[in-house]
Amino acid sequence: MKENNVQVEHSHGYGIYILVWLGLLALTALTVAVAGLDIGRFTVATAIIIACAKSYLVLTIFMHLRSESKTFRVFVFVALLFLVISFILLFADYSFK
Amino acid sequence: MTTQAQVHSTEHVHRDDVGARLGMWLFLFTELILFGGMFLVYSVYRFTHQAEFHIAAKELNTLVGTFNTMVLLTSSMTMALSIVAIQRNNKRLSMFFQFLTILLAVFFLVNKFFEWSAEIHHGIYPGSETLLNEKSGKILFFGLYYVMTGLHGLHVIVGIILISVMMRFTSKGVVKHDDYIKLENTGLYWHLVDIIWIFLFPLFYLIT
Repeated sequence: MKENNVQVEHSHGYGIYILVWLGLLALTALTVAVAGLDIGRFTVATAIIIACAKSYLVLTIFMHLRSESKTFRVFVFVALLFLVISFILLFADYSFK
Repeated sequence: MTTQAQVHSTEHVHRDDVGARLGMWLFLFTELILFGGMFLVYSVYRFTHQAEFHIAAKELNTLVGTFNTMVLLTSSMTMALSIVAIQRNNKRLSMFFQFLTILLAVFFLVNKFFEWSAEIHHGIYPGSETLLNEKSGKILFFGLYYVMTGLHGLHVIVGIILISVMMRFTSKGVVKHDDYIKLENTGLYWHLVDIIWIFLFPLFYLIT
C-alpha cells in the first residue's frame, strides 16, 4: 500500500470551503473599495497585497497545499521565488534608467 | 517470496497519486512562467506609461469585472466541494458540483463575450484605427488587455472541457471515492485559472 503512494485523505469538510469562499468575496469587495480611494502610489501595492492574500487562501485551502507534504510547499515556494527574483532584477534595471 | 511476486505480477496496478499531483504542480509552474512573463511586460509598460494606463483603464467596465471575479471565485469553491463530495462517496452531489462549475465558467465567458463585443463596437481592438490614433500607452494597455484576458479565457475553455470529461469519468466510475486523482488535478488546474484572474482583475479593472 505504501509503495503505491495512494491518495492521502483530506480531512476538510464542506464548511471550510464555503468559509474561504466568503473570505475571498470579502477581499474582492475590499479591493474594489480601496481602489475607489485616492491613496496615490499605495494603490498598486494595496491591490497586489490583497491579490496575494486571496491567492494564499486558494493555494492553501482550495488547492490543498495545507495538507500536502513539505515537498510540495518547498516546490511552490521556489517557483514563486524565481518569479519574484525576475521582478526584482527587472525593476533593479528599469528603476534606474 | 514466490507468492508475493505472484501477487505483484497479477494484482499490482501502478498507482502514484502523490506523483500525479506533483506532476500537475510542475505543469502549473510552467503556466506560472507563461503568465508571469506577461505580468512582467505589463509591469514595465505600466511603469513607463503610468498616466496613459490610468486613462485607458477607465474604458473598462469595473462592474462586469467585479461580477466575473465573483463568478470565478464561486466556481473555484464548487470545484473544491465536488472533491469533498466524491471523497464521501456521494457521486451525484460531486457531479452536481462539477456541473455548477462548468455552468459558472460558461457564464464567465458569456460576460467576457459581451464585454469584448462592447469594446470592439467602440472601435477598441488591436490594430483598430481608433486605437492606433491614440497615445502609445493606451495601445499597449489594450494590447496587453486582449492578450492576457484572451489567454486566460482560453484556459477557461480548456477548464470547461476538462471538467466535462471528469463528469463523464465520475458517471462511469473511473473517478470514484477511493480514486479521484484525475478530478483532483483538474481542480488544481481550475484553481490556477482562478488565481491568474485574481491578479488580472485589479491590474486591468481597478487602476482608474
